[in-house]
Amino acid sequence: MSTALKTKVAIDGVGKIFQVDGSPVTAIERIDLDIKENEFVSIVGTSGCGKSTLLNIVGGLDEPTSGEIRIDGARVLGPGRNRGFVFQSYSLFEWMTVKGNIRFALEKSALGKAEKDELVSHFVQAVGLSGFENAYPQQLSGGMRQRVAIARALVYKPSILLMDEPFGALDAQTRGMMQELLLKVWEDHKVTVLFVTHDVDEAIFLADRVIVLASRPGKVKKDLTIKLPRPRSFELVTDPQFTVYKREILTDIREETLKVMALDRK
Amino acid sequence: MSQNPRQGIGRLFRLRQEIPASIFSAAGFVVPVALLFLWWLITSLGLVKPLFLPSPGAVLEEGWRQLSEGILVSDASVSIYRILIGWLAATIVAVPVGILMGNFRIIEGALEPLISTVRYMPVVALIPLSILWAGIGDMQKVLILFLGTFFQQSLMIMDNVKNIDRNLIRAGQTLGFSNFEILYRIILPAALPGIWDTFRITIGWTWTYLVVAELVAASEGLGRRIMDAQRYLATDTILFGTLFIGLMGLLTDYLFKKSGRALFRWNNQSR
Repeated sequence: MSTALKTKVAIDGVGKIFQVDGSPVTAIERIDLDIKENEFVSIVGTSGCGKSTLLNIVGGLDEPTSGEIRIDGARVLGPGRNRGFVFQSYSLFEWMTVKGNIRFALEKSALGKAEKDELVSHFVQAVGLSGFENAYPQQLSGGMRQRVAIARALVYKPSILLMDEPFGALDAQTRGMMQELLLKVWEDHKVTVLFVTHDVDEAIFLADRVIVLASRPGKVKKDLTIKLPRPRSFELVTDPQFTVYKREILTDIREETLKVMALDRK
Repeated sequence: MSQNPRQGIGRLFRLRQEIPASIFSAAGFVVPVALLFLWWLITSLGLVKPLFLPSPGAVLEEGWRQLSEGILVSDASVSIYRILIGWLAATIVAVPVGILMGNFRIIEGALEPLISTVRYMPVVALIPLSILWAGIGDMQKVLILFLGTFFQQSLMIMDNVKNIDRNLIRAGQTLGFSNFEILYRIILPAALPGIWDTFRITIGWTWTYLVVAELVAASEGLGRRIMDAQRYLATDTILFGTLFIGLMGLLTDYLFKKSGRALFRWNNQSR
């Protein structure tokens, strides 16, 4: 990715303090990040490093205690349709069909009926759900449900896709397929992606940049640019350069895990 | 004693394991039939005076008398009417109150302590006040049924609403829906299978309050019939009335289960 690209998301001195049983707990100390347009950024870290909190703040679902988020230069004051969210728990509208779920995301759009229908069928196809348009979520496998969630989050053309461990509940084989599908969708539809995960392989495989967060309090420990060619396919995980990145990130995370364990012992 | 638990009777007593459907439903018949037989045996052997326990035959005869004289139909229709109005009145208030309590902490904070206290107050004790407020007509019966149902119901609906995935709300916010739209287009349909189950359970409670509701100043009704019978020690009438109310409750339960399955086809859990 060239440096000439403009900043899409500016995370500017963001901190978050939660009140737990009346006493303050710093979830995020201070995070500064610039995310470029159409960049794919993975965020990894140990449990409780504040990575989901950061994502919620960018999504406008949670307010930072200090600092601010700017998208295209405008300060984020709440959730909005320039961002799409995909959650680990699928979070589909279970009383609606696959098509109904995707269509529901277009309700607040000014498009005409024909255009909406076209968008819905385009995304049904893009995530490989043709033939399942009229199925209900509970009739689908986990991987298929998450495809619906991805289509629902993209159909209204947000410029940023926020994904909170979206494949965390899937089995290893399905997860691999979903990663390839996500890359394809991303390459075809060009959005900026912020992808939170536990899985280091997944983070490297997908991203242009991997951010490693330090724990308690959360802050950026490492900002690593992944210079692996695209389009990528599953063989990439055996690439020597991939292994170099993986070793570096695993070392960082291990350090953080040991730190957290030492803190817990006190 | 060293029998293999996977064979014989042992296979019916494994923790959380399925048993054949035929055995499952048969078990539900065997217990009442056995009790019925025991009842018949005790009365036909004359072990208990009919005054204390009339025979199944006498209870059945009483039922037939009430049916042929038209008493049963008029009692039942009056009572069903009261049940429906009392339960509906409670439900119409409890659904919005429960939904608001489940979604706005301020409303939960304001109402939950009050409702939790009131629901322990004995409804029977409120009969004198209910007469003072609502007179001695149907309104008073409906008020008692309302009081017996509303408080529990609103707390249960609050829980139904709280149980939905919070990310559904977040998805709605991200998609640009207003609070009100999220309440009635996302939270309500998501919680509806649970709320429907609450309906099924609470209308059962409304039935159990029927006798209390018809305790005073009623001339007709299934509950009234039982209270009248007390005066004449007509134990067969008492038993028949009680069993009939139980049967009506069972029927209501069944109707809610069936309609729930039809309404929420998308939901595996309600199947």
